[in-house]
Amino acid sequence: MAKVIFKRPDSLTDKQFHYCPGCTHGIIHRLVAEVIDEMGLQDDTVGVCPVGCSVFAYDYFNVDMFQASHGRAPAVATGIKRCLPERTVFTYQGDGDLASIGTAEIVHAAARSEKITTIFVNNAVYGMTGGQMAPTTLPGQKTTTSPRGREKELNGLPVRVSEMLATLDGAVYVARVSVHDPKHIVQAKKAIRKAFEIQKAGLGFALVEVLSTCPTNWGLSPKESIKWLAENMIPYYPLGVFKEPAEVK
Amino acid sequence: MSKVLMKGNEAIGEGAIRAGCRHFFGYPITPQSELPHYLAKRMPEVGGVFLQAESETSSINMVYGAAGAGFRTMTSSSSPGLSLMQEGISYLVGAELPCVVVNVMRGGPGLGNIAPAQGDYFQAVKGGGHGDYKLVVLAPASVQEIIDMMQVAFDLADQYRTPVMLVGDGILGQMMEPVELADEVTLPEVPAKPWAASGLKGRKKPNIVNSLYIVPEDCEELNQRLFAKYDVIAAQETRWEEYRLEDAEIVLTGFGTAARIAKSVVDKARSEGIKAGLIRPITLWPFPSEVYAKAAAHANKFLCVEMSMGQMVEDVRLAVNGKKPVHFYGRSGGMVPLAKDVLAEVKKLMAGGE
Amino acid sequence: MLQEVLIAGFGGQGVLSTGQLLAYAGMIENKQVAWIPSYGPEMRGGTANCGITISDEPISSPLVTEPTTLIVMNRPSLDKFEKSVVPGGLILINSSLVDQKVTRQDLQVLEIPANRIAEELGNTKVANNIILGVLIELTGIVSLEAVVESLKKVLPARRHNLIPVNQQALEKGMQLAKEFKNKQ
Ligand SMILES: Cc1ncc(C[n+]2csc(CCOP(=O)(O)OP(=O)(O)O)c2C)c(N)n1
Repeated sequence: MAKVIFKRPDSLTDKQFHYCPGCTHGIIHRLVAEVIDEMGLQDDTVGVCPVGCSVFAYDYFNVDMFQASHGRAPAVATGIKRCLPERTVFTYQGDGDLASIGTAEIVHAAARSEKITTIFVNNAVYGMTGGQMAPTTLPGQKTTTSPRGREKELNGLPVRVSEMLATLDGAVYVARVSVHDPKHIVQAKKAIRKAFEIQKAGLGFALVEVLSTCPTNWGLSPKESIKWLAENMIPYYPLGVFKEPAEVK
Repeated sequence: MSKVLMKGNEAIGEGAIRAGCRHFFGYPITPQSELPHYLAKRMPEVGGVFLQAESETSSINMVYGAAGAGFRTMTSSSSPGLSLMQEGISYLVGAELPCVVVNVMRGGPGLGNIAPAQGDYFQAVKGGGHGDYKLVVLAPASVQEIIDMMQVAFDLADQYRTPVMLVGDGILGQMMEPVELADEVTLPEVPAKPWAASGLKGRKKPNIVNSLYIVPEDCEELNQRLFAKYDVIAAQETRWEEYRLEDAEIVLTGFGTAARIAKSVVDKARSEGIKAGLIRPITLWPFPSEVYAKAAAHANKFLCVEMSMGQMVEDVRLAVNGKKPVHFYGRSGGMVPLAKDVLAEVKKLMAGGE
Repeated sequence: MLQEVLIAGFGGQGVLSTGQLLAYAGMIENKQVAWIPSYGPEMRGGTANCGITISDEPISSPLVTEPTTLIVMNRPSLDKFEKSVVPGGLILINSSLVDQKVTRQDLQVLEIPANRIAEELGNTKVANNIILGVLIELTGIVSLEAVVESLKKVLPARRHNLIPVNQQALEKGMQLAKEFKNKQ
């Protein structure tokens, strides 16, 4: 009998992803879905997707989903979780959504220690609207709105979201991972699982920042993008666990 | 003069620079993003500032600061972003600050889509934000008119100390047309702004930029002052285009892209022997009501064409005031009326159908 | 004269810039012109198209919903737009990329193996201009001189060395159109 070695997680629909070749949103969707499957949470999970390239995530996750206005996903998730405390609620947000327009919402959701899980996809650029500068765009990085490269005087310096949120007492688990190679993908999945376990244990707000590629807007091939991520993003955004409660260590 | 082919969105940017605007704050959104792309390059070339805000809420508040400090300033967005700005616009009105706000409209409600639409007419002309106020609303219909109207927008804003809104749609923003650009740019005269809060610099009494009128009598006085100003604007600044109107039996009307489509229908109808004409408001507020009232004397019906479920048609009905029937044809949600369908509607109406 | 041209293909095939070249040429000849693209994420990796209106009269509507000429650079575009062409209109197909046939009988149709011819000219990037050459010869929409003039405006200065091969492509297209006319 043939052994199934590659199976679509139940928590993903059959719908084909619309992401560009080499974009890692698809991998991250899959990791989240696998964790939901493995923890047996498909039944009681409610997801909130953002405005950004993952705006259609409600078509891909095979669980109850909300579509939030730009940046406000943590507020929507708060409303859901406060009504349905037993459900597993997660937000899935890009860097423009979470770290620019939605900074206030994520900071206060973390400060209140909302028992939600946030998957934060950092690709250092605005993907959906045409490669504009994001709050996480690296110094000197060229985008359509920083045509001379991000300049400190004009645009300031990038936001390290994980480090920043880790300073809040309400944020109980904060980790940064990457998905640029199989080894890191395995680690990323572990972190995502932990962020859901913490929610299930009722411990508080958990966030996993996932470094991601955007070949289309970086103007690189998928292969070059992986290399660019490893060589440029990881030095600026070190991987690791910034906050972890004793209960799950 | 040189003639260049330009996108509508770029024309907004170039028009602003030629009008002396040197401070732009905005947040990316389709279908207006070529404007911030253009200004990100262009502003530093002319010693100006292009700053990407973290949200439209922030953009409009940055505009509040720049305008209050006495500078020509603007922001731009598309429908969802404009919804976010409404609170800020109301504050700008309350503080009587001049600025220009651009809305390149797209399909709604909600996240809607990025296709061209005109569903934010009500939001633009009937308030949008809280409180008693009007905005001057300009609705160009070609790339050349966009360039010309940006100058008008900044001048009116300064002259009347009011925010001015310029509305377009995805088609106007994305299309390219030839424009005439003066080779030598002489920056326009900007009226003195003795009210600006830009540092005392020898002045004794501090200037305060504020929209808080805690005493109701004072707030009513503000409202009366604003509306006295609006009366002057309505009397002096109403703009419109008439086309083959003199002997028209059916008057088509619409603004922006919808008006261009209606205009092509006027010609098609005329070639089939139907006496059709067009009124195109260029200022959506103040609305050219008198032109409709006059046309109602000879025309026997009106047809309002919009890229919405019918918003401007309400103002047309108020203007015609029951003298003649006012019909409506619209497509919405990012769909655009086709000339052949509007023509069919005209024929149906002329044949006496409803 | 009122000509409405729709150019349709995949993103990255130069659909939009070919349209701009045509619009520029019309402007150089002091005609009224408008160019309008499909825009937004739908064109990323998917289909891209643009409409160009060239007219002696002011252009009322810039939307090209019933083209007088359709230029087809991929199969989905033929499926999508064949029915929109005005009766008696023209369809130009890049047959190096599209193997499908036009089904309508009331149109003039020309299949141009543009990529193959461009290869013969030594530069596959000029395929679109071969088709443009056919268009200007068959319709007289703009002159060859005007297109060559607009190449100078559309191409950045460092690419001006490519003008001769582009002109060759235009002329090759015009020659094909002449042969086609003679056969008829
Ligand atoms: C109020 C509002 N402003 C702007 C937009 C336009 N917009 C859509 S997605 C986006 C940025 C998305 O970037 P990011 O969050 O980094 O996600 P990515 O697309 O890179 O995955 C913007 C600015 C909007 N939809 N609503």
